Amino acid sequence: MAEPVFAPWTDPNEKPLIQFKGVTKRFGDFTAIDNLTQDIYAREFFALLGPSGCGKTTMMRMLAGFETPSEGQILIAGQDMSRVPPNKRAVNMMFQSYALFPHLTVFDNIAFGLKREGKPKDEIEARVAEMLRLTRLERFAQRKPHQISGGQRQRVALARSLAKAPKLLLLDEPLGALDAKLRQQTQFELVDIQEKTGTTFVIVTHDQEEAMTVASRVAVMDEGRIVQVATPSEIYEQPNSVYVADFIGEVNIINGVATPQGDGYDIAWAESQPPLHAQTTRGFSDGQSCHLAIRPEKISISTEEPETRNKVRGTVHDIAYLGNLSTYHVRVPGERIIKAQTANTRRLSRRALTWEDDVWLSWTDTAAVMLEE
Amino acid sequence: MRRLTLIAIPYLWLLALFLVPFLIVLKISLSDTAIAIPPYTPTLDLSEGWAGFKAFLSQLDMENFTWLTQDDLYWKAYLSSVRIAFISTILTLIAGYPIAYAMARAAPEWRPTLLMLVILPFWTSFLIRVYAWMGILSNEGLLNSLLIQIGLISEPLTILNTNTAVYIGVVYTYLPFMILPIYSALEKMDDSLLEAAEDLGCSRLQAFWLVTVPLSKQGIIAGCFLVFIPVVGEFVIPSLLGGSGTLMIGKVLFEEFFNNRDWPVASAVAVILLLILIVPIVLFQRNEQKQREAEG
Repeated sequence: MAEPVFAPWTDPNEKPLIQFKGVTKRFGDFTAIDNLTQDIYAREFFALLGPSGCGKTTMMRMLAGFETPSEGQILIAGQDMSRVPPNKRAVNMMFQSYALFPHLTVFDNIAFGLKREGKPKDEIEARVAEMLRLTRLERFAQRKPHQISGGQRQRVALARSLAKAPKLLLLDEPLGALDAKLRQQTQFELVDIQEKTGTTFVIVTHDQEEAMTVASRVAVMDEGRIVQVATPSEIYEQPNSVYVADFIGEVNIINGVATPQGDGYDIAWAESQPPLHAQTTRGFSDGQSCHLAIRPEKISISTEEPETRNKVRGTVHDIAYLGNLSTYHVRVPGERIIKAQTANTRRLSRRALTWEDDVWLSWTDTAAVMLEE
Repeated sequence: MRRLTLIAIPYLWLLALFLVPFLIVLKISLSDTAIAIPPYTPTLDLSEGWAGFKAFLSQLDMENFTWLTQDDLYWKAYLSSVRIAFISTILTLIAGYPIAYAMARAAPEWRPTLLMLVILPFWTSFLIRVYAWMGILSNEGLLNSLLIQIGLISEPLTILNTNTAVYIGVVYTYLPFMILPIYSALEKMDDSLLEAAEDLGCSRLQAFWLVTVPLSKQGIIAGCFLVFIPVVGEFVIPSLLGGSGTLMIGKVLFEEFFNNRDWPVASAVAVILLLILIVPIVLFQRNEQKQREAEG
């Protein structure tokens, strides 16, 4: 039996755990967060994704209580948090620098928050032991932070922030300091731990792959605003703007003018070229300028003319061999480059295409996304 | 070979400027006073060869050290010096920590200026600064006339020539030695540690006690030793600001040397002072080593 899909944001009866209501945050003249309204639900793994300076860290620091909104309200479990200091919130944060106390052992670092609650000693010890098990750190309990590796420090920071069983855990670029292999592995661990503990996670990251891997929903941010909030696959396949399409993964953007045609639109994109055709649920007026966003892996490349409606002739300009994939940079009319990607499914096949070959690029009517801006 | 030369330089320096003078002082402390130039006997005369050296050795004795244990002036002076040094160290810590803390928390562009202000007094003569305190603390001095003018007191307070004046002078003079190591420890501290402490349920005050203070421990220890060690042997401040009741070993040493012209006893006092100070000096070195290891 399949599990029901986790999507509380689609259920109108579900009460959100966190509510941003018209939140604005200014630092002097600089507006870090601009009139932002957003709900986040319990048990979500919510990713804030954006380039540096887009306000994602400010949003997180407001949740932790280190910054207060200039305008608007932040509610956690229905309670207005504006007057609640960080030490009185059921919110814990895992810092980008980990912020482990260098003078305390791993055990004491994890126990730090529990001791402040004045819990009995054996209860604290039991909880710390549980956290050590969860993060596989049992052997390092008596070490100081400078005596363990970066990956282990990251797990100590996670264990410390989870020890108090917060309602909400904030993760500020949690994997930024790890190397690529370890990062991938840790991403899955994070998801595992999130599912095991049932805690709501809000993660800040500038790494789109990381956001896509771990999150139930991704919010793409730009200049203090949330541009789009959706599941990773929606963000990837149905971006709502060129900004989002371009920020997440690789994309070809073709500018043109739309004309309604049959079940979709014809897009005139270059002189003396047949128009491209795309289907969309959005409405475009006749003669409106638009952008076509097509992912490289949705474009086929062949030497013979294909039988599809969308096809463009060009010459191979560059080939990037990535091992599992090859990306072809194809020069098409109008001096533009379109990228097409093919999976290298067979080990010993002669590459059929090489530099300066004449090729055909083609894609289906639904492969491209039509965008207004 | 080159490395050996490099290592040799500091060792030669130590040998010539510390070990040799110390051996000379040690030798004098084992001699007897004499009305002569220099005012002690025996003096080493190498012209008589080995026999002369043996005769020289046989004349050395521990008499002066025995003398130090017989007259209670000396051990009282040692004890009083250590007590005054200890109290001054605590007072300097109380005054210095908030200053170092404020400096470390100040905006980064202000820090060099503040640091400069702490070091600035070193650019004037130490003696002149102590004399200035005499002008401030005397009965007709600035402090008393100010207090009388604002009506806080009617009779001038006697501060100069008391232990209070010594404490004021010591705290003033040695404050930078306390501030600088504490500042350097606090400045290195990552602010996110305090945020983490707050995030985990600490109030600001708790975060200070549980995070800031332990992390500046090495700086506190270093600062305390840097104040305590020289204050034990301090001479100028107690002799200028202190009174007849201020008993410090530095003053005793000076009197033995210049007033009594008893070089051997003065040297014995100095040797014992050094032995007393070896304990905190070794502890200080160990603290520094620990700090280097922790940072390493």
